[in-house]
Amino acid sequence: MMYRKEKSIQMKSSASALYNNLSVLPITEKNLTYFSVVHGNTVNMVSASADGLNFSHRQLQSKEGSVTVSSSLIMQASWCALPSRVLLVLTSQKGIQMYESDGSIMVYWHALDALETPPAQAVFARGIAPAGGQYICVGTSSGLVLVFNIPAKGTNITLAEVLAEHREPITDIASETCTDKDGAADLVTADDSGALCVWKCGEEFKLLSKISAYGVSCSSVKLWDGVVAAAYGTGQIRVYDAVTGALSVELDAHARWVYTLDIAPQSGKLLSGAEDSFIQIWQLSRSDSGTIEVEHRHSECVTDTQICGARFCDPQGATFAVTGYDLAEIIRYVQI
Amino acid sequence: MSLRTLPLLFINLGGEMLYILDQRLRAQNIPPDKAKKAGWTDQDRKRVMNDIITTMFNKKFMEELFKPQELYSKKALRTVFDRLAHASIMRLNQASMDKLYDLMTMAFKYQVLLCPRPRDILLVTFNHMDAIKDFIRDSPSILNQVDETFRQLIDMYTCLPSGEFQLIRQTLLIFFQDMHIRVSIFLKDKVQNSNGRFVLPTSGPVPWGTEEPGLIRIFNYKGEEVKRVQFQNGGSYISPLREGSYDLFGDRVLKLGTNMYSVSRSVETHMSGTLKSSASHTKENVAPNPLAKEELNLLAQLMGGLELKKTSGSDHSFRLNLFNDDEEEENAALLRPEELSYKVISIQANEDQERNKELSRIMGAFQSEESCVQSTSKGDDLLALMDGL
Repeated sequence: MMYRKEKSIQMKSSASALYNNLSVLPITEKNLTYFSVVHGNTVNMVSASADGLNFSHRQLQSKEGSVTVSSSLIMQASWCALPSRVLLVLTSQKGIQMYESDGSIMVYWHALDALETPPAQAVFARGIAPAGGQYICVGTSSGLVLVFNIPAKGTNITLAEVLAEHREPITDIASETCTDKDGAADLVTADDSGALCVWKCGEEFKLLSKISAYGVSCSSVKLWDGVVAAAYGTGQIRVYDAVTGALSVELDAHARWVYTLDIAPQSGKLLSGAEDSFIQIWQLSRSDSGTIEVEHRHSECVTDTQICGARFCDPQGATFAVTGYDLAEIIRYVQI
Repeated sequence: MSLRTLPLLFINLGGEMLYILDQRLRAQNIPPDKAKKAGWTDQDRKRVMNDIITTMFNKKFMEELFKPQELYSKKALRTVFDRLAHASIMRLNQASMDKLYDLMTMAFKYQVLLCPRPRDILLVTFNHMDAIKDFIRDSPSILNQVDETFRQLIDMYTCLPSGEFQLIRQTLLIFFQDMHIRVSIFLKDKVQNSNGRFVLPTSGPVPWGTEEPGLIRIFNYKGEEVKRVQFQNGGSYISPLREGSYDLFGDRVLKLGTNMYSVSRSVETHMSGTLKSSASHTKENVAPNPLAKEELNLLAQLMGGLELKKTSGSDHSFRLNLFNDDEEEENAALLRPEELSYKVISIQANEDQERNKELSRIMGAFQSEESCVQSTSKGDDLLALMDGL
């Protein structure tokens, strides 16, 4: 398996060092791909044509509601594709913003309550994922997972449930991406202590398993075909059975803190990116006996770049895009 | 983001400032018999170091600094360091101060970026603290003062979890984002590229607590390891060094944050290519910032703890040049691009004079004899003072 570097996409400003700092949304009907990357209190949005020749840019600021004080730093920006609609969700120190997918209209704003937090504790929201066809889940620095009910149209978004299973700040949230699998597990949430919770979505969210902390942050998590892949500050990636929480595979993957994971839903390719400037590509599979296996497929060094975001750009995993701290470009790779 | 970032930012930048000043003061030092002509002596160097360190670790100032809070803007922090650099009899003009600040910030940015684990920012800080203690080893009272802050750092930070350190690191990296000033000592050492980006090694020891990448372990449902596969990770890493000491005394192991300057590398402290790098600088808040006044009040509170030693009439003050000669310094001032200028903190002081009285009073305490501004309105006075920075 080999990848070739394509022409980079220039952004209006550079990427901040934040976990999972790249979101990709393919717009198949228009033959476009949207990219979003956080820079301080701004989100850079770029829409790129399939031929890679035309780009348009938009920048979103974290100016919350009527609040006139300083614009706060944004922690994450991610598209949530539900069957009925696609929303762009921004999380910041002040709260959660939801926009129409092109960033044109803000449809919802949820303020974080700073008063509930001890004084020395930072307040922010981080970890964004769609869930169960009609929900969007967002994590907070106090360890809560907020479940929002998203109507098929309009702005009547409501807070449906609050999941209070984590004790440390939420780092990342992921939903099952394997569409032809009607598995038991729908959602996985991760926190700064490395603890993971696996959930079944519904009128009430049900905790299926809890994978205990092991002393270092889990910075990125993915759920695919009943398999949880979690990346840690030790440079390791661990692969668990979602329902039982049993450890299946342990990868000594990176020399530094891992910042991002992605899985291509149609092929089971796993992508990891870290501060060590490497992208590693892996293949997830199940053996005949049901054991989960992982093979290493490819290494890509993005020279002198601490990688903070990396995403596959198609469901097969034939293309991927990468961002790094202080870098005002999105680097793209294509399988050859 | 993390509300525990400011003490680390201030102490590490302060440490870098002291390294540079010490090196420049030594490099321009001249034997006592010629000292009169040169303008300053070895005694003066010691006095400058002592005065700045005393001011930096002032008890009230440290109390304010260690309160949980967001970071200041770049301009506000620069103002603090302008004051600190002038806490003694030494004077720096605008060009030298700009250069000093550029060197300090790029050095600490490098250390934050390169530190192997987020927690190692604390070892970088301890390296600076160790060196600061060495600068004032002959002055027991200042040493006590510095040790007090050292203990405060240990109390506050050593127990923090790794995720909080990563948040601190990310907060610092946002603060330093888009600064790509090229520094000749880094270029010479091949740790910085000509585009201003730092070189990231893909070899050497992995951080403490990290396995060398290259192994896949597969487990069955009973948790038994059933397979081991090696893979090529693309780098060439070796096992970690031992962990550095987080105690008051001890071997930090990590070298980041130690003094990279020496008299023999004196000519290497000058900067190159500031002009060329200007394109990659993002402009910071050119639009009026509604926070400016709020921030300034915080700043005043913070600096209220900074007591300046007034130079008495019999004392002489002297000027330090961060460049090779005066001509180079003048040229640097002329060539410095607008967007790289830290010069002005603009505040609409007239809007709320009452509110600014306290601030003016505090800022008034910072006036050195040369920059004393006479004015009838306190608001104007404050503005003039700030503009004079």
